[in-house]
Amino acid sequence: MDSSHNYDVLVLGGGNAALCAAINARRAGCSVLLLESAPKYFRGGNSRHTRNLRCMHDAPADVLTGAYGEEEYWQDLCKVTGGQTNEELARMTIRHTATCRGWMIEHGVRFQPSLGGALHMSRTNAFFLGGGKALINAYYRAAEDLGVDVSYDTEVTDLKIKDGRFVSATAAFQGDHREIHASTVVAAAGGFEANLAWLTEAWGPAADNFLIRGTPYNMGRVLRILLDNEAKSIGDPLQGHCVAIDARAPKFDGGICTRVDCVSLGIVVNAQARRFYDEGEDFWPKRYAIWGRLVAEQPNQIAYAIIDAKSMGKFIPPVFPPVKANSVRELALALQLDAHALEATVTQFNSALRAGSFDHTVLDDCTTDGLQPAKTHWARAIDTPPLFAYPLRPGITFTYLGVAVNDRAQVLWRDDHPSPNIFAAGEIMAGNVLGRGYIAGIGMAIGTTFGHIAGTEAARHVIG
Amino acid sequence: MSSARSVAPACLEEGRRMASICNACRYCEGYCAVFPALERRLSFTDGDLAYLANLCHDCGACYYACQYAPPHEFQLDFPKIMTQIRDATYRQYAWPGLLAMLFEHNGLVVGLMAVAGAVDFLLGMAVFVGRQALLSAHPDSTGAFYALMPHAIIAWTFGAVFALAVAALVVASARFWRGIGEEPEAFLSPGPFSRAIDSALQLEYLRGGGDGCNNRDDRPSQARRVCHQITVYGFLLCFAATCVATVYHYALGRHAPYAFWSLPVLLGSVGGIGLLVGPAGLAWLRARRDPALAGGKQIGMDWGFLLLLPLVSVTGLLLLVLRETATMGAMLALHLGTVMALFITLPYGKFVHAVYRFAALVRYHVERRRPLPELGPE
Repeated sequence: MDSSHNYDVLVLGGGNAALCAAINARRAGCSVLLLESAPKYFRGGNSRHTRNLRCMHDAPADVLTGAYGEEEYWQDLCKVTGGQTNEELARMTIRHTATCRGWMIEHGVRFQPSLGGALHMSRTNAFFLGGGKALINAYYRAAEDLGVDVSYDTEVTDLKIKDGRFVSATAAFQGDHREIHASTVVAAAGGFEANLAWLTEAWGPAADNFLIRGTPYNMGRVLRILLDNEAKSIGDPLQGHCVAIDARAPKFDGGICTRVDCVSLGIVVNAQARRFYDEGEDFWPKRYAIWGRLVAEQPNQIAYAIIDAKSMGKFIPPVFPPVKANSVRELALALQLDAHALEATVTQFNSALRAGSFDHTVLDDCTTDGLQPAKTHWARAIDTPPLFAYPLRPGITFTYLGVAVNDRAQVLWRDDHPSPNIFAAGEIMAGNVLGRGYIAGIGMAIGTTFGHIAGTEAARHVIG
Repeated sequence: MSSARSVAPACLEEGRRMASICNACRYCEGYCAVFPALERRLSFTDGDLAYLANLCHDCGACYYACQYAPPHEFQLDFPKIMTQIRDATYRQYAWPGLLAMLFEHNGLVVGLMAVAGAVDFLLGMAVFVGRQALLSAHPDSTGAFYALMPHAIIAWTFGAVFALAVAALVVASARFWRGIGEEPEAFLSPGPFSRAIDSALQLEYLRGGGDGCNNRDDRPSQARRVCHQITVYGFLLCFAATCVATVYHYALGRHAPYAFWSLPVLLGSVGGIGLLVGPAGLAWLRARRDPALAGGKQIGMDWGFLLLLPLVSVTGLLLLVLRETATMGAMLALHLGTVMALFITLPYGKFVHAVYRFAALVRYHVERRRPLPELGPE
């Protein structure tokens, strides 16, 4: 990092959006410095945990099957966000995903057919060969080959903003604070999900029991600085991509392998050994996106997914071994739950079952009768030992509170005026498009689209 | 069972732990055959791990793509544990079991074998034909080799040692095949067998999913794959040269030395150059390998083989060039000695990787014809 140099474009952050911006700005002829707060081996923010890009396409294209048009994509987004999206920016994003794969391949990203267990996504999502970290590695190689300067372990501590314009950034590097001047800045430094104090501010003490599935480096510093400087905020601090993950997962950075995908095959009880939601409501994508929040609302933010021997081996094997027991009582003891209460819950569930033909691949007719809450599909008796349980906790992947931007990725101030030389891309502005809910591959779609726009627009500002 | 040491339990436990993480993650599925094979399983027996470890071509792609690689607290270094388990299977399945000890300090073993081979032949010739004959020039080279070393002796000793080496490899691979839980007849199923040959000839799984494998860092390259195949084809050409020469000798009555443009010499020369260039490239790459990818005990074994192969080649080519000079005798002894060392160590050195890996590839293609475990949609 050469702090005496006056860069054309300063990129804050080191994930997908940051790299897309840095590469585009550099290719347009700008000098670019990228500041990544993580050390090199943890570079890439949450992008290192991603695996695919949701892509619009009108006909089968390389690894994508069938067609996934703009309208269907838009409707899918509307369904999960319940309207908390900016249609103009959302449609821009959707359209960009139809064309950006060529750029990605040119910069070293490789695609592959859908992963085993995720074949139903082959129409909508293009998977990265090797996942997000491989993508990030490719982009860093491309950026370095192009001559982007990269500084790791470099934390932005302040931004100097004058009359709505970026002047300089202060960054801590090896204990030394340096002021870096640049003509433009791209804020692509992620959300605040790793900032436990901020999470507590939003969620209250429940946040203590959250696990952070994503990077430990997303402290939300740049987001906080921008909001403190009167950037217009968008999204709700309570909203984020929050899934139910194995309670034994690491506090940070557990990533994809901590998921537990057997909720629909059994029952889920809380610390009082009571069921609290329809486990058979819907398929994985929807289930995935709501169960984290459901567990967060339970006492002590803990729940237990319980299945019997019939279901073992019928879902992607979780990374941690299940708690195993030969009876409900024994399982309750192992989970430190009230044995009577759990026996009552299981008995009640088993006796409410209506006969049906079980089929995990469709919304089948195995339901409960007169049970509250009902289990509306895939309801089968918990009666074949051994029984298995997986403890669950809310796992936050990324947060949606961000800064509002316009179609040029310029950060908006509270009076809705755009900053001429402050741009934002990625998770820090994802809330503009995804204000609520989640659909797979949308985060990378937003990051790639706004990364490209921010890089191009920053270069346009400099070069004209 | 023989005295074969089984794979250290700690190594297998670590392998099981890592494979479980991979099975829950699955991001690396497109790189090679190991991950699709792994995903067919919910848990991993010792045999499964031996199979996966030998199916692994050590391309390194998964290590650089891994979000759980060190210093992540999961400490997932998949290529390294695969290398450790693979190394242990070489000892476990070696036959006769007593000779598994040759895998200890394998680089040293191979080196000593080469020196001993050369010295033996040199001394043998000096004793049997006399120093004078050994060191005299041979302007008319016809029949000169066999004046120093009768053809029958060469053919029978080398033939016998080679046959023993092949037998040891066959028994070892049969033990491996049983160890990973397959029935003998499955090995010769035509479809999987020909697919495995195809995978091996192309070195399909050192492609890292397309752009090549990793060596020094996360940048993929085809260099290792290309150098490996130059070595393989060089080896095969040299082998073909020997076969053709044998046919010439016994069937056609044409005796060595052969002319420069004769088929055995052409095949041997081109193959010999391959055995110089290929291993040189591999050695250059090996020296630059990221320590994270370079397995512990396997390093000596790699180097032993990477030096022995070009030694065989260099002595063979020198023999060709110098066969009409006074050094011919010494060159012949050196060449025969190193070839003998290569033959003896075939089943107890790096060469075994070809045998086990081929068996693992056949198994992979056998398995692919079986139904997948039924998982619900994610």
